[in-house]
Amino acid sequence: MKNIQIDAVVIGGGAAGMSAACELKSRGFSVVVLDRDEEMGGILMQCIHNGFGLIEFNEELSGPEFAQRVHSKASSLDIPMLTGTTVLDLKVEGESRVVHCVSSVQGVIEIRTRAVVLAMGCRERNRGNIRIPGTRPAGIFTAGLAQRLVNIDGYIPGKDVVIIGSGDIGLIMARRLSWVGCKVHAVVEILPYPSGLTRNIVQCLNDFNIPLYLSHQTTNIFGADRVEGIEVTPIENGAVDYDKSFKIDCDTLLLSVGLIPENELSKKAGIEINPATNGPWVDSALMTNIPGVFACGNVLHVHDLVDFVVEESRRAGGFAADWLSGVRPQKELKIKTGANVRYVNPSRVNPSRDNKLYLRSLVVKNDAVLEVKVDNRVVRSIKKQHVQPSEMLSLNLGPKELESAGIDASVEISIL
Amino acid sequence: MSEMICITCPMGCHLHIEQISDTEIAVTGNRCHRGEVYAKEEILSPRRVVTATCPIDMSSDIANSHYFENMYRPRRVPVRTTAAFPKERIPELLSQIYALKVKLPVTAGQVVLHDALGTGIDVIATRTM
Repeated sequence: MKNIQIDAVVIGGGAAGMSAACELKSRGFSVVVLDRDEEMGGILMQCIHNGFGLIEFNEELSGPEFAQRVHSKASSLDIPMLTGTTVLDLKVEGESRVVHCVSSVQGVIEIRTRAVVLAMGCRERNRGNIRIPGTRPAGIFTAGLAQRLVNIDGYIPGKDVVIIGSGDIGLIMARRLSWVGCKVHAVVEILPYPSGLTRNIVQCLNDFNIPLYLSHQTTNIFGADRVEGIEVTPIENGAVDYDKSFKIDCDTLLLSVGLIPENELSKKAGIEINPATNGPWVDSALMTNIPGVFACGNVLHVHDLVDFVVEESRRAGGFAADWLSGVRPQKELKIKTGANVRYVNPSRVNPSRDNKLYLRSLVVKNDAVLEVKVDNRVVRSIKKQHVQPSEMLSLNLGPKELESAGIDASVEISIL
Repeated sequence: MSEMICITCPMGCHLHIEQISDTEIAVTGNRCHRGEVYAKEEILSPRRVVTATCPIDMSSDIANSHYFENMYRPRRVPVRTTAAFPKERIPELLSQIYALKVKLPVTAGQVVLHDALGTGIDVIATRTM
């Protein structure tokens, strides 16, 4: 077994992991990035569509281009990046954090470190997660798997496609498959509003006249060896109305029904998970309940833009560097999610410095107001022309809003 | 008066369009100047950035060797247009992209199709491989 001693370990080599590592290294700490794939870059490598980097680089790049820029920066800082390396476990031994990993080139490696940044990203929900009745034929893919097959491996999964769920990857795949000659017959969404970004609805569905069935549930899958079609049933007044069911013929089904932060490793290590985000509970410094273990990017909560992932991860890297410099947690204020707010991340703020918060709305609303209250007194009120669950909101809270707050003050954020 | 959603950035501004004449529209509801530019273009001459993948020239030795120490054997090169492309000509552009055979190695940003369909827009590789 190979042994490595290093200041910090980053688990996951996507945009989040590489960005956190760059920050740690620029602050003078030694850091290694581990990734189980054969190449760095994570899921960005299969996202060949454009639209990445508008905030970070002020231009629209494709996923591989974005990844390459972050990777170049990490390479220029001489950060070691181990690919094909799967982390088996993360343990606490006194002051040390111990990471065991395995790779076909190096065998088993034990890394002893003082800080760990979790950046494992997220995975797709699948048929089992949403329990669609019917047979179990071939031809059912998650949208991201289909994306990898088409964009990296060069295979087309089928000819007549229906997409279940209106998540962004599904919408992007509707356009991608239309452009490679498949016929996308429909997108079926159980909710009354699309869960993907508006621009994807416009560019990926409307451009190709692909019908979007909102408030419709997939109630059956037909086919013995290969998918032959699905039964779709409208939801009216909260109940499925089987009298109005109809069938759509297809040979391929893509599922784009949400993403779950990839926290199997975290849970095994004893990290507590926030049920609202499926990511770890973190303090204002993005540190989990295990001291010295931080989380950022999609493993913490699912973001809609990689630019936000990079911004958050840079902060996580900075907080990990603070930790290595001896900075320890201070008194923090807990944030209460008020009306129409699904979650606020992180859910704690440090009143003595600026805090960047990301939050998600529970509702679709025009002319909304984002309101921050400390002990029932409004300290901040921001007008938002339009809010919806699929578009993450951000907010800065600093000493200006929080200095008057006592130790047990209640901070509440609502959307009105 | 018609409505559309700006797709220039993820903000997705809800634009209100007033047709003044055949070549002139008035735009409100945009949070930045790009919204107005987008609405005018989308109504008068719609364009899209096209992303796709194209085949690799498998006759070269490099395409068949594992010259990337840790990488899968490359199969497709991701590409995109350097600017938004006239929407009605996208199918024509795609068939040209699919007919390409790109020689490896290729660098991100390298032009694989120059002045596509005489539009002045290039198609570039988006990944070094």
